[in-house]
Amino acid sequence: MNWISNYVRPKINSLFSRREVPENLWTKCPECGTMLFHRELASNLNVCSSCDHHMAISPRDRFKALFDLGIFTEVKVPDAVADPLHFRDQKRYPDRVKAAQKASGEKDAMLVVEGDVARTPIVAAAQDFSFMAGSMGMYVGNAIIAAAERAVQMRRPLVLFSASGGARMQEGMLSLMQMPRTTVAVQMLKEAKLPYIVVLTHPTTGGVTASYAMLGDIQIAEPNAQIGFAGARVIEQTIREKLPEGFQRAEYLLDHGMLDRVVHRKAMREELVTLIRMLMNLPPAVKGDLPAPAEAGPAPPPDAEAVTAVPEDSKA
Amino acid sequence: MNYLEFEKPLAEIEGKAEELRAMARSNSGMDVVKEAEALDRKAETALRDLYKTLTAWQKCQVARHPDRPHCRDYITQLFTEYTSLAGDRAFAEDEAVMGGIARFNDQPVLVIGHEKGNDTKTRIERNFGMARPEGYRKAIRLMDIADRFRLPVITLVDTPGAYPGKGAEERGQAEAIARSTEKCLSIGVPLISVVIGEGGSGGAVALASANRVAMLEHSVYSVISPEGCASILWKDAERMREAAEALRLTAQDLQNLGVIDRIVKEPLGGAQRAPKETIEAVGKAIEAMLKELSGKTPDALIRDRRQKFLDMGSKGLAA
Ligand SMILES: [Zn+2]
Repeated sequence: MNWISNYVRPKINSLFSRREVPENLWTKCPECGTMLFHRELASNLNVCSSCDHHMAISPRDRFKALFDLGIFTEVKVPDAVADPLHFRDQKRYPDRVKAAQKASGEKDAMLVVEGDVARTPIVAAAQDFSFMAGSMGMYVGNAIIAAAERAVQMRRPLVLFSASGGARMQEGMLSLMQMPRTTVAVQMLKEAKLPYIVVLTHPTTGGVTASYAMLGDIQIAEPNAQIGFAGARVIEQTIREKLPEGFQRAEYLLDHGMLDRVVHRKAMREELVTLIRMLMNLPPAVKGDLPAPAEAGPAPPPDAEAVTAVPEDSKA
Repeated sequence: MNYLEFEKPLAEIEGKAEELRAMARSNSGMDVVKEAEALDRKAETALRDLYKTLTAWQKCQVARHPDRPHCRDYITQLFTEYTSLAGDRAFAEDEAVMGGIARFNDQPVLVIGHEKGNDTKTRIERNFGMARPEGYRKAIRLMDIADRFRLPVITLVDTPGAYPGKGAEERGQAEAIARSTEKCLSIGVPLISVVIGEGGSGGAVALASANRVAMLEHSVYSVISPEGCASILWKDAERMREAAEALRLTAQDLQNLGVIDRIVKEPLGGAQRAPKETIEAVGKAIEAMLKELSGKTPDALIRDRRQKFLDMGSKGLAA
């Protein structure tokens, strides 16, 4: 049986990111100060090779490293009402959105896709902290609903990578209403008995933590990610004492029973596949049997061949 | 009477009238009735003018007025046989959230609400209406009881927000709020919320993801406090007036946005001037909303509630 014959080319080949980075770029690790060569940092999924600090990674880059051969298809997210409150602070809200769109090449703070991870079909959503602090407005609400509906329609699990400062103030109460709204999306998954796995990444706070990001069947976090409801500064001002070392960090939450696991970004793919395949009652993933298709485009991400699975069509 | 900053002109007139009457009492020869009555009329006109066009920030102040009736006052006046239920069965009893089984017009119901307290002692006991995770977990437990025994749930929302404390974070404030919201969306009984003062962000949503949401005329419901919003977006907490305006946090704006279903009118000069009357009006609104939902099956109630929130966000203010 030739699995390649069953291989369907995605309509949108998402290998071409709009975020092109110059070749000879160095990044200074904000944690330990080590200068990291861009290519090395990218191949390490934006994790500092010296101190393991997990830096931000765009949803698109994360998905390229997650999906087989870096290939995934975007799930369409309905447009939201633009600037529903005619909000203006020191800038007009539409101008802030436009600036963020231009800088990121994305429509808003969440990207929803589908594809195979080690031959395991999933729907995934990832939040982009660099887009207006990953704030949750109506578009993000639409994205989560679209992700849940697609997962239910395709009978796939949903993996959600969160990163957000909370609700988007510029959409006022309509952003706050995304808390119950996204909760309804989570309920759709639960009623369909499909796994909903949340990966909390740095930082996830406010109304996002207090809704869909804390309602996963399984709660995973990246190391040292800040996760909480209130901001640390607000808490210090309220209780008038200094917060302990590591407060609101992933390991601290794990100690306090708020998470299932803290997983290194480089181990995340294998971890997700292992969990999902068990939850979906699929046979274990088999390593190393997947040849790269000849017509594959740019070099696959470093770990694309690390985990592979028994092809769906060869199952008994 | 506690006067708000913007009520100063009114305070002066009412103060003068009061002074005149005091003088008349200690000095029986004086006849000041006419002058005092004239001042009263002047005061009423001033009050009417002030409250006709409250700005968003003024409404925030009214919503936070210390003399405004609180959850406990509503429960006392509107419900009979109120039997409070305590504790989250895991860690503690949180008095920022009060709740129990009671009768509303003889019908057994479950009532839950934030309570801010009325003096220094009770404010501290109630943590100024800022719930910890235990408060939300108690609410979840109570909603489960309501669901099992088919008791409609009425929630009274009045909180500056969930408590931003160290222990609250350690015990999962975010998770508790998320689960409480999830519970609101899962119960097969009518769920009705009334924002009676401050609807502070996630701490309010956790109790207000309801079939019907009403707001008192001068209450506010917001994603963030105007002060917090101003300090983030204007980099200056003193710009809270502009922030309050921009956030569209008044009952009138929120009805236009389709976020709430009903506005309950307040007596002239706000709920703090006539608590009894205010509570009575809220009672009428609760009665009407319960009636709208009566006869619906558990499935229909859940479906309608979810659909209502799914639809939320397809609409903005008219251009
Ligand atoms: Zn480092």
